[in-house]
Amino acid sequence: MNRIEKTFKQDPAFVGYITAGHKGLDYSLKAALALIDGGVNILEIGVPFSDPVADGPVIQNSSSHSLRNGTNIFNVLELIKNIRSRTEAPIILFSYFNPILQADKKDIYHLAKESGVDGILIVDLPLEESELHIKKCKDSSIAPIFIIAPSTETERIKLIDKSGSGFLYYACRSGTTGMRNSLPLGFAQKMEHIKKETRLPVVAGFGISTKDDAREVLKYADGFVIGSFFVNAMENGVSHEELKKLAKGIAPRPTIID
Amino acid sequence: MGKSRIIAETGAGQHGVATATACSYFGLECKVYMGSIDMKRQSPNVLKMELLGARVAEVNTGLKTLKDAVNEAFRDYAENYENTHYCLGSALGPHPYPEMVKCFQSVIGEETKKQSVKLFGKNPDTIIACIGGGSNAIGIFSSFIENEEVKLIGVEAGGKSNKLGEHAARFYGGTPGVLHGCYSYLLQDKNGQVAPTHSVSAGLDYPSVGPVHAQLFEQGRVIYFSVRDEEALEALKLLSKTEGIIPALESAHALAYLINEIKKLENNCVVVNLSGRGEKDLPQLFENNFLDIGEKQ
Repeated sequence: MNRIEKTFKQDPAFVGYITAGHKGLDYSLKAALALIDGGVNILEIGVPFSDPVADGPVIQNSSSHSLRNGTNIFNVLELIKNIRSRTEAPIILFSYFNPILQADKKDIYHLAKESGVDGILIVDLPLEESELHIKKCKDSSIAPIFIIAPSTETERIKLIDKSGSGFLYYACRSGTTGMRNSLPLGFAQKMEHIKKETRLPVVAGFGISTKDDAREVLKYADGFVIGSFFVNAMENGVSHEELKKLAKGIAPRPTIID
Repeated sequence: MGKSRIIAETGAGQHGVATATACSYFGLECKVYMGSIDMKRQSPNVLKMELLGARVAEVNTGLKTLKDAVNEAFRDYAENYENTHYCLGSALGPHPYPEMVKCFQSVIGEETKKQSVKLFGKNPDTIIACIGGGSNAIGIFSSFIENEEVKLIGVEAGGKSNKLGEHAARFYGGTPGVLHGCYSYLLQDKNGQVAPTHSVSAGLDYPSVGPVHAQLFEQGRVIYFSVRDEEALEALKLLSKTEGIIPALESAHALAYLINEIKKLENNCVVVNLSGRGEKDLPQLFENNFLDIGEKQ
């Protein structure tokens, strides 16, 4: 059993996102470990990109901040290696396609695997263009993770279910990433429908930022993602201790490490 | 489609004005994303769009030009697709946008073919068009791609120099990459981050190029060149003075190529696609003393 499967077997997934290199790579390392200490059990590490069209202002800013620091995908894998030496939590590499495509000349999938990456999610690569990506993931024993949205039709969910592995990322509202005050209307029905169509665990993200929302999500889904809420806190300069507390405040279960 | 709201991106403002016009005619809500730098340098088109009832949304991310306007339009579309259609102006974006834009713009090629036969008694020998995203060019080229005897030339923005960041010549300084949902020639750094661009003309100031052009480039069917800012400015002045036609700065790039290569093209029937008119550029040109009126009288 791989790390992702093991995690879903034990607990619901609490996925925490950070943009690698936002506030510097050292800060990112400590932030990732603080999130784990606070109850996050899957890390999603974002590769900064110059044109993050799927992201709202918070993650856009973190991405440009990281690029100004000179972060590239190889630095991100170096960071992941450092995180991996300190935790067994699954690590998902989140990226736009172009940085991966350019780094593929240097065998990026194998490098990712060696660094400790368990899954790759490419937010702007549709299934129709993914054949080679899926093959390269599988050759390196990395799970290709796909996104579905409220507008995804049943037939397409079935196709994605066939091609993806690890888990299914449900972007539960239209638009970009960012903090919102409540779950979208009809969330429960949508989730029930999706669960029927896939064999994969389903993790909901986009606009989830409170403990109440997380609890509600877990009634239907196998996990949830907190992204902009953490990134925003980091942008405001929280200490690692405070970041851990923020994660604890959302964590659906008591954490073992205290 | 049952949609009540239209969004668009615009660089030079031409596509924005066109979209705003159609929306006012059909009574549709219209929002046009435009980089704040482009709003300044193409201010007459901003006024036109507003007069036509469109909302021009100022984009202040990135380089504040066309690429960033496309980013914002995609974000809007992702959020509001239920009541909104994104009317993409350039020959780029995810499938099927490039094909759609090619189809809509093909009226230029059809018209050129008809006029050509009337004027020359045959197809033109050479067709020259400027290329930003590449919509006007693919429009005029599309009717002649099968006619191998017709030489097709695309002219990119050479900007200030050959240095990355100071031009928008994708076929000169770009490499294959993915931006805005299409795989094409892209100005980028070695890590796959999109590079800054520069052009005196807002409509050509874009780091990628329509994927159909990338294919035509690879096939060698269209030949791509670039001309510098100052060459385009000279061309704009020359056509204005000698023919009484003020071309858009974008189209002046195609014209500048003709001027540079005029000797080689003697006895050729040449068509330059004057894809836009230059009134939109006048405030910027006067403000920056680009026209040096009086000096050479």
